[in-house]
Amino acid sequence: MSLAVQLGIIVGYLVVALLVGVLAYRVAERTAEDFYLASRTFGTVVLLFTTFATLLSAFTFFAGPNVAYAEGPEWVLVMGLMDGIIFAILWYLIGYKQWLLGQQHAYVTLGEMLGDRFGSRRLRGLVAGVSLLWLFPYVMLQQVGAGTALEALTEGAVPYAVGAGLITLFMILYVVIAGMRGIAWTDTLQGAFMLVTTWLAMVWVLAVVGGPSVATGALEAEAAQHLALGSDHYTPQWMLSTAITIGFGVAMFPQVNQRFFAAGSKTVLKRSFALWPILCVLLFVPSFMLGAWARGLDVTIAEGENVLPAMLAEFTPTWFAALVIAGAMAAMMSSSDSMLLSGSSYFTRDLYRPYLEMDLSERREDLLARGGVVAFATAAFVASLYNPATLFELGDAAFSGFAQLALPVLVALYWRRTTRAGITAGIAVSQAFYLSSLFVAVVPTSYAGWSAGLVGMGVGLVVTVGVSLVTTPAADERRAIYFEGLRAD
Amino acid sequence: MQRLERWGWLVVALVLCTFAIPWFLWGDSTVVAGLPLWLWWHVGWMALASVVFWAFARRGWGIGIEPDAVGSGNERRGPEDTRDTGDGR
Repeated sequence: MSLAVQLGIIVGYLVVALLVGVLAYRVAERTAEDFYLASRTFGTVVLLFTTFATLLSAFTFFAGPNVAYAEGPEWVLVMGLMDGIIFAILWYLIGYKQWLLGQQHAYVTLGEMLGDRFGSRRLRGLVAGVSLLWLFPYVMLQQVGAGTALEALTEGAVPYAVGAGLITLFMILYVVIAGMRGIAWTDTLQGAFMLVTTWLAMVWVLAVVGGPSVATGALEAEAAQHLALGSDHYTPQWMLSTAITIGFGVAMFPQVNQRFFAAGSKTVLKRSFALWPILCVLLFVPSFMLGAWARGLDVTIAEGENVLPAMLAEFTPTWFAALVIAGAMAAMMSSSDSMLLSGSSYFTRDLYRPYLEMDLSERREDLLARGGVVAFATAAFVASLYNPATLFELGDAAFSGFAQLALPVLVALYWRRTTRAGITAGIAVSQAFYLSSLFVAVVPTSYAGWSAGLVGMGVGLVVTVGVSLVTTPAADERRAIYFEGLRAD
Repeated sequence: MQRLERWGWLVVALVLCTFAIPWFLWGDSTVVAGLPLWLWWHVGWMALASVVFWAFARRGWGIGIEPDAVGSGNERRGPEDTRDTGDGR
């Protein structure tokens, strides 16, 4: 029963997604800008929810509640600070400025925007290369997750490789047809759906157990230390390191960063900015509190099983639990869709075009963009079959890896004296530092409780500013682009 | 004047970041209406952040980015603003 219902819901979701994709294809123009950015036309609701759904990976529904179960609900605070406040401020500082620049100069990627200002094809390639280095293994991890989930769901009837392969195939088909517009439309449906079902789940569970006071009372009896703010796990250094690196990392993740270019107007950016903290708290509080409460409610969690599905299976009917779990799997896939699209655009715009074929017609670039999606997804699928340890570790550290880009970019956007040498050195050195903290044993991963990701961000900042101070701008830098004549109307 | 406003908003942003986690309740486990007090603080703080962001969007938007940004509620309406019809596209 449960299996049939879950598979039915997943297939139903895929069919709806494809229909939306076809609908989007029909209204699309055949240009790369339309494929990647929906011709910069998003309204408030679509921009808000597509960014939101892109951010929600498996983490919000599986890993996050698991942590709340094991260590207490302080995760809500970390996520609220990182996504609700830090990211919102970057939404203005990086997002609005990027949007203005994108409007004036038709930029599609971050690398393009930086390469143009600093007159450097090499910088453009570096930003794209670094981004793909972190993005590729992250996409691979999503495929591993989806393949494993399908295998577990069907109790081995669909083997891992077949499951991951089917999902890859579907994603390719879907992204190639739908483009950014279709992805954003399904994201909107899905974000709203997940928000509603998460609240329903919480209300349902609380109604069964007798209200929040009973649930919290049970948690207090079982693990009273979870209710006190802070613990050996949640130290101030750890909470701040996590919130800051992930918050900044999110803003540099290609699929999120690219959405800054896609807003339809200044008003859209303003409205989404103000709604952002509310939206975050609305989702994180119920999903993480469910995980935390499960501890006191004697929900049995088998080894390697996730808390949220077990909690729902215990307190809600099968069809409802299946609905939420299928929705969570859909959330994983929609994050991957957006990442495929952005990965393809970084590759074609910043690596293929500048280095291999400069004169591309719009039509040909559109075709190439879709081809890029196929290549990127297939390569990630092949990698996911082997799941090499190095790639696994890279994917796992992707947020901190992207966070290393944020400060050099912010400095470049706001400090006139930034030079090409400065930003290039800042990016290269912070990446080298962070990568060696992962792979070189002598470089520590933690500095008095502060993570290497956060320390690396500081290194990037100091190097960008320091090298800029001792070098002069190259002759072909175009500083005026960032600082003169920027206005929305 | 714009300089003062810029620094003012920067301080506001830092305060918003600082107290999203109620450090002054560290170790506290008071429960109010079924949830820890520190969680209530966080929920209230996020609501406040939304209101502050909304106020910034109305009064300060453009500060630090557009060279001639006008603060003090003097929002200019250009073609970009009026073009915003509906949310579907």
